[in-house]
Amino acid sequence: MYDAKKIVPGILIFVVLFTFPLWSNLGKAAPAPKPELPTTEKVCVMDTAYMKTEHMVLLNQWRDLVVRDANRLWVGPDGREHFMSLQNSCMKCHSSKVKFCDQCHTYAGVTPYCWQCHIEPKENM
Amino acid sequence: MEKDRREFLKIGGISVLGLSALPVFQALAQQQGPRYKPDPNALQGAQWAMVVDMEKCWEEQEKRQCKDCILACHKTHNVPDIPDPKREIKWIWLEEYKHAFPDQAHEYAPQKVKESPFMLLCNHCTNPPCVRVCPTKATFKRAQDGIVMMDFHRCIGCRYCMAGCPYGARSFNWGDPRPYLKTEEINMTYPTRRKGVVEKCTFCYERIDEGLQPACVEACKAKALIFGDVTDPNSEVRKILSDHYSLRRKVELGTGPNVYYLI
Ligand code: SF4
Ligand code: SF4
Repeated sequence: MYDAKKIVPGILIFVVLFTFPLWSNLGKAAPAPKPELPTTEKVCVMDTAYMKTEHMVLLNQWRDLVVRDANRLWVGPDGREHFMSLQNSCMKCHSSKVKFCDQCHTYAGVTPYCWQCHIEPKENM
Repeated sequence: MEKDRREFLKIGGISVLGLSALPVFQALAQQQGPRYKPDPNALQGAQWAMVVDMEKCWEEQEKRQCKDCILACHKTHNVPDIPDPKREIKWIWLEEYKHAFPDQAHEYAPQKVKESPFMLLCNHCTNPPCVRVCPTKATFKRAQDGIVMMDFHRCIGCRYCMAGCPYGARSFNWGDPRPYLKTEEINMTYPTRRKGVVEKCTFCYERIDEGLQPACVEACKAKALIFGDVTDPNSEVRKILSDHYSLRRKVELGTGPNVYYLI
């Protein structure tokens, strides 16, 4: 191999630099988010597993159902009826955006633009 | 080779058939899972319309410079109060006769009419040009009751609709409207808008869908605003329209405005 003296250290340096974020964070993982659940209600409009992964899909669906098709009520899997509204339903139970929404959103580094129009509960204003 | 192609087409055909059955499966799935429905209290009408009785309105304006409807609408919908006329947002507003009815105004009209402001709002046109020009269908006419709706989520801010509307019923958010809203006066049950979105009167679809009258109609103590289904011969609007001669704005444009003025 030509220039092994340069190439091997070069590769080594590259590998070290490339994996820097991995080993520099070793052992100090960011704490898992702890969204605070409402005390007033036990069940959401869908089951917890679904809400965890699909709430954004559901919110999009709600938006179309309400704004475009004039529906207002959502019948959950348990047969209970809910008013479809981010501001007037979701945030009634999850009354703190900071302690609920922001927990995971900050952790995951996402900034949903819902709040550019929809008004969050008073605490943050 | 020949046989392979046939196989391929067969499989392809079956897959397409399967795909076309997808909506059926989805509909079936809907049956057991969660469902949605309109509010049973929602007001029903085939084409909402409004009658503005200017005599009653002027009387109240003279008495106490009444702006109840404007205040109620703008408070309910978090419409910001921006002083700069180039950036102002308005859903319902006052305008001079010669600007409200430029095609009918003439100098010999009664002094009273010439000098008194008219209450204007989106006409929820039967044939709305704003809807035709919107490239994203952010503004659309509700099939069930004729409300010309704004889906703020979908507006890309191209402002074609503003060019299309001959009544100046639409306003554009040149900046974030929130700094112009007083925190303590914000209606927490309704959103604001954001920079780069067009807005206008929505005939209070959010109230109608819950069985309430529009906010301005409810707020008008003089009963100068009357709201109802213009296709229903027994509705109050129809009774008024058959008893009184009424005006509409710029009818010659063929937009079919659904706001009627009595003077
Ligand atoms: S400004 Fe918004 S509502 Fe108006 S035409 Fe463009 S996308 Fe449609
Ligand atoms: S008045 Fe203007 S904004 Fe309202 S429906 Fe007619 S064209 Fe559209």
